[in-house]
Amino acid sequence: MPVPRLSSTPLPGIGVRYDLTTREHRRLSVVAHRDGARTVNAYRRDDPEECALSVRLTAGETEALIDALMPSHHSPNLLSTTDLGLVAERIELSSVSYWNGRVLGDTRMRTETGVSIVAVLRRAEAIPSPGPEFRLAGGDILIVIGTREGLEAAATILGRD
Amino acid sequence: MHSSAVFLIEFGAIILGLGLLGRFAGRFHFSPIPLYLLAGLAFGEGGLLPLGTSEEFVAIGAEIGVVLLLLMLGLEYTASDLVSNLKTQYPAGLLDAALNALPGAAMALLLGWGPVAAVVLAGVTWISSSGVIAKVMGDLGRLGNRETPVILSILVLEDLAMAVYLPIITALLAGVSLAAGSVTLAIALGVAGLVLFLALRYGRVISRFVSSDDPEKLLLVVLGLTLLVAGIAQQLQVSAAVGAFLVGIALSGEVAEGAHNLLSPLRDLFAAVFFVFFGLHTDPASIPPVLLPALALAVVTACTKIATGYWAAKRAGISAKGRWRAGGTLVARGEFSIVIAGLAVTAGIEPSLGPLATAYVLVLVIIGPLTARYTEPLATRLTGRRKQPPAARATKTEALPEALEPVDDGTADRA
Repeated sequence: MPVPRLSSTPLPGIGVRYDLTTREHRRLSVVAHRDGARTVNAYRRDDPEECALSVRLTAGETEALIDALMPSHHSPNLLSTTDLGLVAERIELSSVSYWNGRVLGDTRMRTETGVSIVAVLRRAEAIPSPGPEFRLAGGDILIVIGTREGLEAAATILGRD
Repeated sequence: MHSSAVFLIEFGAIILGLGLLGRFAGRFHFSPIPLYLLAGLAFGEGGLLPLGTSEEFVAIGAEIGVVLLLLMLGLEYTASDLVSNLKTQYPAGLLDAALNALPGAAMALLLGWGPVAAVVLAGVTWISSSGVIAKVMGDLGRLGNRETPVILSILVLEDLAMAVYLPIITALLAGVSLAAGSVTLAIALGVAGLVLFLALRYGRVISRFVSSDDPEKLLLVVLGLTLLVAGIAQQLQVSAAVGAFLVGIALSGEVAEGAHNLLSPLRDLFAAVFFVFFGLHTDPASIPPVLLPALALAVVTACTKIATGYWAAKRAGISAKGRWRAGGTLVARGEFSIVIAGLAVTAGIEPSLGPLATAYVLVLVIIGPLTARYTEPLATRLTGRRKQPPAARATKTEALPEALEPVDDGTADRA
């Protein structure tokens, strides 16, 4: 697959425009203003020379958008979202985690947050339905299901070091 | 009352009034320049509220305003921007000059104002307003459009042309003889060329000399250097504004960025003062007699600008819609027309020139954003109608094309 290329066009007095044409021949561009603001543009299908959408973002908003666009960041963790409002997510324990060597029951996960830990991935193997006596290790990836708020609370507990 | 108290009250009232006008303009997404001009007309001679003690300060503030306007313009561009635009776009720049300067010159000659006024009025009708146009393109969500670089490069060329044009009219207005005038012009061209060369070659060295991590020191050094160079340029009859423009060009990179951020609010303040000052020196009663020529000139030069943009965009291989958009966007005249007219007014060459320029700019600064938005749909509809059967004519109230829907680019919140 060819690597997508950004072409750039200087806009004197404003900044630089970066253009991208997607595999589906849709055109997108980003104008980098000199003050750090960005304008994201999408082009019309019937007139690829004219913007159908043009949104100006502050530096902070740009960062938030980049975060959502990063392929490596969120998507692998987010397994699926059900209609019931439940979310499944992968949460990885750091190697210096507080929970390294402690048993799962100590996290009091279900009592505190209402989420369930349905499996633990450790190197090549997967341990389904770990019990309260299961001993955690740094680097474990926990598959967790619960509400969005519950998962955030769980991530906070598991992020402890 | 103590005179300094009167000054503070007068000047404070002016600035406050401008601030409120600016807010009003921001709410409706249009340039505050026409309101500032009208405010100037309302104060001052023949207006509602003649000013007393603050007039001298306003005059000096206006002078600084012009210097800062041009300095910031110089900071916008790097020397290589200028050179590369000059290399690739010069035919469009030449057409722009021919189509838009000539109507102004012709009008001045028709009115019997003589050759010097003709050169001044040519400049007034020639130069588009980069400030208004950049804002309009942002508001309409067109920064990413393919015709945008074409529009910008015409603006760059006009601004570069100012560096040559301003010394010429400064010399003409000073009434120097042909020989002395040529010497001044040679000096001006030499200085402009030298600065471009130095900025290309040694821009980094100059910038390092000026550079400072401390914003306060950077502000003082850049402002001081600019005023000093502007003053010396004025003394050499090269025009203070051009001196400031060249300082802006010579600074590059981080220094330009930093200076840009620091000086923007100062520029906004003094540029507003400059527009008020220009209005102050125009008697509102002198406008009605020149209204007709101003309107005629506005109509003609709006059309010639559209033709300029259309041709330049066509040359760049842009489709018909984009050509009309490029043309319509370029129509707005503003700050630089007033700067040019201001030089003539201070030199006192033709009393009707100031009022004519005021009326002309008022019309085009208001019409400009409208032509930017509606030239393309109108042209598309007119040219499309010819091909369509007559039945299509009945649908007069057909929905506006999607392109017309205002694009919310987030500026509404900031306004």
